Amino acid sequence: MNIILDPAMLAESLAGGVLIGAASSGLLLVNGRIAGISGIWARATARGAQPWQWAFLAGLLAAGAGAALARLPVPQALTAQSLPLLAVAGVVVGFGTRLSGGCTSGHGVCGLARLSPRSLAAVLVFMGVAALTVFIRRHVL
Amino acid sequence: MRIVSAFGFGLLFGLGLLLSDMTDPGRVKGFLDVAGTWNPALALVMGGAIAVALPAFALARRNSRSLLGEAIDLPAKRQIDAPLVIGAAIFGLGWGLTGICPGPALVLAGHAAPGALVFVAAMFIGMRLAERLPDRGA
Repeated sequence: MNIILDPAMLAESLAGGVLIGAASSGLLLVNGRIAGISGIWARATARGAQPWQWAFLAGLLAAGAGAALARLPVPQALTAQSLPLLAVAGVVVGFGTRLSGGCTSGHGVCGLARLSPRSLAAVLVFMGVAALTVFIRRHVL
Repeated sequence: MRIVSAFGFGLLFGLGLLLSDMTDPGRVKGFLDVAGTWNPALALVMGGAIAVALPAFALARRNSRSLLGEAIDLPAKRQIDAPLVIGAAIFGLGWGLTGICPGPALVLAGHAAPGALVFVAAMFIGMRLAERLPDRGA
């Protein structure tokens, strides 16, 4: 096992995390809502959708559009993946996050910051299974 | 006002995902690959976000109204049940296969990456399927 420890990468991760934390805190304290992306996407696309949900999603999409305008490339690790795999994985991710009531943001950031035992359990399970999935594909198959 | 603020917080959230490289599935898989060449940097994304959000949630617990006067909507469920654990395992499988979770998927869809558009549309289908289960946890 090797570990990559790149100071610039670590600083960017921390700075990005601080922005995500600030956005989650803002949505909570200003709008009174939890920044759980899977939950917001699920509710925005179902009956009873509220305008703030689409506004938040529009903000996320706008960040991506901004990256395109700044001529940042789409990560090669995305374009290299086949569309059928992405379609199947998308269904799996949608199904799983809806069943467990959250994803990396709702359980991972907001749930842990709220000290929720449910979210801690969910994070340990999805991180464990994700790491196991990568391990099997990279080192077993 | 609450539309403007929600848009702003979504934008800030998306910029955080871009800056931290959570939108790069290669970086995410490098973080998940603890047995290979492990890149732990992404742990700081969650760590940094939680450190900032902890006091906000502590504050929210003591207030019933947000700054815009809305009821603060915190989940009431406390039990660790089967839908939570099974759903999290299923999500972990999809995340590990692709290195993409819902937030980065939406940012990359805004970047008009075809793979992300497919992923986001597929997520919609998966969610509707989960909602058809009789005993759903969420």
